[in-house]
Amino acid sequence: MPADRTTRLVTANFGNPEASTLAGFERLGGYQRLRKGLGMKPENIIAEVKASNLRGRGGAGFSTGMKWTFVPKDAKVVHLVCNADESEPGTCKDRELMFWDPHLLIEGMVISAYALRATNNYIYIRGEMMREVVVLQKAIDEAYQRGYLGKNILGSGFECHITVHRGAGAYICGEETALLESLEGKRGNPRLKPPFPAVKGLFENPTIVNNVETLMNVPFIVDKGGAWFAELGVNRSGGTRIVCVSGHVNKPGVYELPLSITMRELVYEVAGGVWKDRQLKAVIPGGTSMPPLDADELDVMCEFDALMTDERIKPVEVRPGTRFDLGGGRPLRTMAGSGGVVVMDDHTDIPMAVWRIMKFYAHESCGQCTPCREGTGWLEKVARRVAFGDGKPGDLELMATIAHGIAGNTICALGEAAAWPMLGFLTKFRPDFAAKIKGAAA
Amino acid sequence: MSLEFSAEATKKILALCERYPTRQPVVLAALHLAQKDHGHLSDDALQLVARTLDLPLAHVLGVATFYTMFRREPAGQNVLRVCTNISCMLRGAYDVLAAFEHKLGVKKGGTAGAFTIIEEECIAACANAPAVVCGTKYFLDVTPDQVDMIVDELRRHPRPESEVV
Ligand SMILES: Cc1cc2nc3c(=O)[nH]c(=O)nc-3n(C[C@H](O)[C@H](O)[C@H](O)COP(=O)(O)O)c2cc1C
Ligand code: SF4
Ligand code: FES
Repeated sequence: MPADRTTRLVTANFGNPEASTLAGFERLGGYQRLRKGLGMKPENIIAEVKASNLRGRGGAGFSTGMKWTFVPKDAKVVHLVCNADESEPGTCKDRELMFWDPHLLIEGMVISAYALRATNNYIYIRGEMMREVVVLQKAIDEAYQRGYLGKNILGSGFECHITVHRGAGAYICGEETALLESLEGKRGNPRLKPPFPAVKGLFENPTIVNNVETLMNVPFIVDKGGAWFAELGVNRSGGTRIVCVSGHVNKPGVYELPLSITMRELVYEVAGGVWKDRQLKAVIPGGTSMPPLDADELDVMCEFDALMTDERIKPVEVRPGTRFDLGGGRPLRTMAGSGGVVVMDDHTDIPMAVWRIMKFYAHESCGQCTPCREGTGWLEKVARRVAFGDGKPGDLELMATIAHGIAGNTICALGEAAAWPMLGFLTKFRPDFAAKIKGAAA
Repeated sequence: MSLEFSAEATKKILALCERYPTRQPVVLAALHLAQKDHGHLSDDALQLVARTLDLPLAHVLGVATFYTMFRREPAGQNVLRVCTNISCMLRGAYDVLAAFEHKLGVKKGGTAGAFTIIEEECIAACANAPAVVCGTKYFLDVTPDQVDMIVDELRRHPRPESEVV
């Protein structure tokens, strides 16, 4: 049965302080799914996760079960790493998930680690999330005391450890290979891929990196089966979706919703519509790294494939008339990303918003590759002068050219994360930029 | 001057060393702890971390300068991290930042007594924008006129980041 707006998996315990204690979590049925999982064969758990159509909630939407099968069969040491670095602007779900339901994350991690035969595992949590570090560490200590973590978990012979590894302020450490570098005690410079972490990751061992929300869904899949989970969703995407709605809406919030919900329903029904009785101008669908939608593109589902391929979403252009090609003739439309939906009303100064977004990427570039290091800096600089009324004729073309020069030419996807929103906003809101330049000194 | 870790910090570092195949991964935690014990990461504090983990000083310095939470200069007891990223900006974060600067008489990046103001990137509280975090305490849906109250509350009940390490 497909999920409806009342279906609650990972957010079922939001607002219930009982759930974050071990006793409370157990009363709510917690760790029963771990018992069940430990009675299954690891390869059967992987098969269920594959069948579930669970897709990564960290940004790329890659099939979780598929990723897990990339670990070489003969690997001796495997690690599971939970990516809790959440810092994509507009995204605020992982922090809430860890705060309200830390044991669900632990349960999901231990089951996943068992499936992957991973003994030494880590949660890489963003340094600024101090409240959540405290909550998580307490939950982990409790889980050790009760034998849900440690040497011989529930008498199964399986040994599993989770260590909380605190970051210290660097958006780039959310990128999985930068995260691994940081876990190894280095600067967070992303690694060249391949090799992919699943083959050669942490301490050179095969490593699976999964987002908080992704791992929290695993207990439900083990409990009710992959087919059940797949049916909750639509197309090739299983389960529900957490969406963080922020910006100019009446009811911003973190909502668990069916994947079939459209952007229009999300904004006008779930989030109470645009504030101050204004009109909608733009929506960022999945964190600031993703190209925006305009007011005519809201009838698309908030599902991974739909946002990438639905033809009602205009393709992003490199310059007017020339599409940004993702390869194989597929135009870039947008992506579901991290679930951070940012709504902008018709009073929004779009060039100013874009400048703020560019300022972020320029600040967070690790500086390793020239197109990104230089390009994000130039984008910020030109976007700033346009936003503040000092734009020069040709600046829009200049920004598009710089963005085009970054995308596809860098070690990690931070390059695209800066280039795509720039190209997307230029494609859909060109008059807003042009108006600013006309008003400039010239 | 040669610095030392507190007994508590030493214990934590030793426990963490058990969790990784080498000592190097403990460098972030050790830097957090050195900053807690000594307020900021002076050259001596970096020496201490390098010596404790048996790492080259250059490596420790490289790590310390990559991450924005590590400070080479002292800061106030309360580090106010005021988010001005997109969701917060759309709901008035720059006015909130200005109100803090005005109230404390210091610009972002600066320290006035027990307070340091930092213009922060998204702190994952976007649904309650504008958001400010100070240690373990989040201030949500902040308006400029709440700034006095927030500062007073933190004066009475400081929220040092070092509470957590
Ligand atoms: C610049 C950049 C930042 C990222 N930040 C995060 C993050 O904060 N949290 C996250 O889960 N994934 C983030 N990702 C995606 C990760 O690289 C990785 O794909 C993800 O953690 C895999 O987990 P999943 O398959 O469960 O989604 C980021 C990627 C890039 C390129
Ligand atoms: S794309 Fe940017 S962030 Fe990524 S490795 Fe290159 S310089 Fe660093
Ligand atoms: S944009 Fe301010 S908390 Fe996310």
